[in-house]
Amino acid sequence: MGAFNLYQHPRNQMPDLLFEIGLEEVPARMIASAQAELLRRTQALLAREQLVAGEAGASAGSAGLSFSTPRRLAVVVRDVLTQQPDLTEEITGPAVKIAFKDGKPTAAAEAFARKSGVPVNELKTITTPKGEYLAASTTRKGRSAAEVLATELPKEIAALYWAKNMYWRPGKPERFVRPVLWLVCLLGEEIVPVEFAGRRADRVTYGHRVLHGHAPMAITAPSTYHSQMEAAFVLVDVEARRQRIRKALDRTTRAIQTIAGPRWREDEALVDAVTHLCEWPDVLLGNFEPAYLALPEEVLVTVMRDHQKYFAIEDGEGRLAAHFLAVTNIALSEENAPIIRQGNERVLRARFNDARFFWEFDQRTPLVDRVALLENVTFQKDLGSYAKKSERVRTLAAALVAVAAERGATLDAGAVDQAAMLAKTDLTTELVKEFTELQGIIGGLYAASQGLSSTVADAIYDQYLPASAGDAIPRSAEGCLLGLADRMDSIANMFALGMEPSGSKDPFALRRAGNAIVRILAESSLPLKLSDVLQAAAPSAEGLARLQAFFAERIDFYLREGRSQAYDVVQAAMAAGADDLRDLCARSQAVSEVRGGDDFLAVSAAFKRMKNILAQAGFTSSPGVVASYAAGSPEGELHLKYTELHARVAELRERRAYREALEAIATIRPQVDAFFERVMVMDPDPEIRLQRLSLLAFVVQGFSSIADFSEIVTAG
Amino acid sequence: MSSVVANKPLTFQELLFALQRFWSEHGCVLQQPYDLEVGAGTMSPDTFLRVLGPAPINIAYAQPSRRPADGRYGENPNRLFRHTQLQVILKPPPENVQELYLQSLEAIGIDLSQHDIKFEEDNWEWPVGGAWGVGWQVMLDGQEITQFTYFQQCGGMDLDPISGEITYGLERIAQFLQDLDSIYDIVWLRDPVNGRELTYGEVRLHEEQQFSAYSFDYADIPSLWQHLNLYEAECKALLERARTTLDEKRLAESANPQADQLAALRFPTLGAYELALKCSHAFNLLDARGAISVTERVGVMARIRNLIVGVAKVYAEQQRLTVTSRAATAVEPVAQPAA
Repeated sequence: MGAFNLYQHPRNQMPDLLFEIGLEEVPARMIASAQAELLRRTQALLAREQLVAGEAGASAGSAGLSFSTPRRLAVVVRDVLTQQPDLTEEITGPAVKIAFKDGKPTAAAEAFARKSGVPVNELKTITTPKGEYLAASTTRKGRSAAEVLATELPKEIAALYWAKNMYWRPGKPERFVRPVLWLVCLLGEEIVPVEFAGRRADRVTYGHRVLHGHAPMAITAPSTYHSQMEAAFVLVDVEARRQRIRKALDRTTRAIQTIAGPRWREDEALVDAVTHLCEWPDVLLGNFEPAYLALPEEVLVTVMRDHQKYFAIEDGEGRLAAHFLAVTNIALSEENAPIIRQGNERVLRARFNDARFFWEFDQRTPLVDRVALLENVTFQKDLGSYAKKSERVRTLAAALVAVAAERGATLDAGAVDQAAMLAKTDLTTELVKEFTELQGIIGGLYAASQGLSSTVADAIYDQYLPASAGDAIPRSAEGCLLGLADRMDSIANMFALGMEPSGSKDPFALRRAGNAIVRILAESSLPLKLSDVLQAAAPSAEGLARLQAFFAERIDFYLREGRSQAYDVVQAAMAAGADDLRDLCARSQAVSEVRGGDDFLAVSAAFKRMKNILAQAGFTSSPGVVASYAAGSPEGELHLKYTELHARVAELRERRAYREALEAIATIRPQVDAFFERVMVMDPDPEIRLQRLSLLAFVVQGFSSIADFSEIVTAG
Repeated sequence: MSSVVANKPLTFQELLFALQRFWSEHGCVLQQPYDLEVGAGTMSPDTFLRVLGPAPINIAYAQPSRRPADGRYGENPNRLFRHTQLQVILKPPPENVQELYLQSLEAIGIDLSQHDIKFEEDNWEWPVGGAWGVGWQVMLDGQEITQFTYFQQCGGMDLDPISGEITYGLERIAQFLQDLDSIYDIVWLRDPVNGRELTYGEVRLHEEQQFSAYSFDYADIPSLWQHLNLYEAECKALLERARTTLDEKRLAESANPQADQLAALRFPTLGAYELALKCSHAFNLLDARGAISVTERVGVMARIRNLIVGVAKVYAEQQRLTVTSRAATAVEPVAQPAA
């Protein structure tokens, strides 16, 4: 472990600090960030209190490690000063002429002497630009590290962020994530008496509850913490624990004989969750009846992963196998493994049985017969039931299908309509009530098993995609269209009720719905623009403006976060149009690619200058006919180059060869530079002035259909 | 113990005895199950009301818990209309409460070195009771066997001291101990003389069959609505009367303080709570009958919440006033002049 090279350095005199908080089991989801925060706070405290050695402190900060298990958070910080340096400072007092009257100290002088702790006759006089003043040199004695930590560390612990806190002691003196059981705080081998939540730090900690038992264990020094804990069956290093789990998953999977090429299904989030649920992990292989494999894989995997935290196993072909892996918080032995396996298998069997019961029970009422049942499922109290919503979505989807068809898309209109009608019916099934995270997916599975076309079934299955940034968009055009219609219905109606998101409030996750619409429009093959989707929802004029503003933010977010483009590039590209989102993405991408070029930056700067000049001149008339400029004059050269480029750029733009178009535009730089060097736009003669302004407006407008270059940040 | 029962896992009733004995030995009042329909041990006044206010209490009891919608006519091996919880309230929780809990598992024959135990975050909440807490589900070899909660709020009120609540699912634990796939195969009793076994199914199956039928098929919907309305009306009337009977200012200025204080002490808040519980059960039956539409659901739940939270507030106030008045009464004889 690279992390522990820390202790292979030749040691100097400075001690290390160990701080551990012992807790009742902390929620797995909260541990990682709290662990990092505790280290950050401890290091910041040491730096603030000047307890880090001069050069090391200034250059590298105090080197630190952080550890955690469900029952503890710990940090080790290297090379801590045992004593703060004494601090000498000069404080300025009252002006001399106020401090002394007739050579005798006044009340002001006495007060200053008391405050600074220096007798009046030992006060100094200093000269400042404002005159002579009294001054005193005081030395603040540095405190010991132990004293500082005992006073300050509890404040840092109390300030740790937890998503959910609790009280536990009578009188409710403090809130924390879970009850605090013990504290360890050692500076070198010395105990630092930090107190928090009624506990006083000592050197005593506890090992694994079962494997080590309840016997207290004294930590010798910070440098032995890690190894002493390991001897007590606690792997405090999170990464080491994660690696041990991964290796055990690999090893256990390799031992499976029943299938060819067994693999465990990679699941980063699940590995993370189980890592934070164990102090001493091991991996157990369990089996289930192959008959359950007749159930949809999605259901089986959800039961294993979400309900039992088991890893699924697949064969070399990716087919689910009748095995699972469970991560235990205890070392497995020949004695306990069969017992633990039996228990886990029994639980899984019961859950699969339930799922099978629901799967068969639900099929007795086909989705088509469930449409009526949606009358009883409220979508939102002012918007009525899901039956009503489904009807609205059908209408909206039909309108979008018509637009797309007009533009030559081949869509199965009947399938879209049927999918829209049935999309929400799975909300009435027992299986979705049991596994809410599978809504949509269950509907798609039932649709397929009830003989509906695969177009309908897939559209229903994919309707909630993309649910997050990592998801793909729906597989089919019909699925994409259903996704657009469903979300647009929610957004438009919620907006109409005034329930649009604001600040951190977005109770109906409308931003996420907006992000999905943007992604589908940008990434699918549907020939639809944002305005088509907005119009299909038929908002009021005022509603339309709010929706446009909302989507402008979502598009901006998508380009910056989803496509990693700089904010000025996004601004520039959006200024030239943000309705055809696939086109917008291509333009924005092209601007990103050329923006590093000198010519491009210079032209961008020039465009900004042109726009400023036009704005200052209040020039608003549209550039129509441009006067003929004298050949060889800067105006004439610029105009000539413009005319030459314009045809080429128009042709490139037509082909969406945006990069080439932008590179062509950048070649206008010499003419633009010459124009600004040699010509004064704001000529006293109004006619000349108008001609020059017209020329600039012409150039700016002519080249702004791909991006507004004036938005590009060129300085620095 | 005779040889016919040696080395066998605990029967259902031995499990109950062992847990009761364990908590009795740790200073808990052993209360009998509450004799009204409740959905969980938390709803018994021994939990719901006792966690309010400052008085410490350690109490344990088994609580048959009825959940009409969970019935499966006795045909599902893992779901019951009525299951049994063992409820333990420790107010305030001792520092070693987790350790005590683990000892209680040892006491029912679970050797932790042979099992995998995890405490996974699970925060309990009962919105209708304005109650929530922070805690875990305790997982033993992948099975949830206990809900462990530190109550934070109840009846919409912040609690101090906090109560620790341990809820054991007895059927699940028995299934676990006896390694069974079906609840109905749990050995309830093993005759100590001849070793004959009586199963959970033999004792309870007919109840599951009949109560599932009643909840899903027979319960008369108009009558249930009437029950709900009647119980609600009476509960509300009591809560209304509590406003005057328990009015602190009125008590302080009373012309007849002894009589008024006695009336305050005797005011039947516990009766009002039972009426609220009756409403809750009527609601659960209506729900199982499919008689409550999703739109109505929110409204009816809000009505019951008003009752339950209202009772909790009255109970807390009554405790405060009567504890004060009892303290005052206790001081009186000493304070009176000898003459």
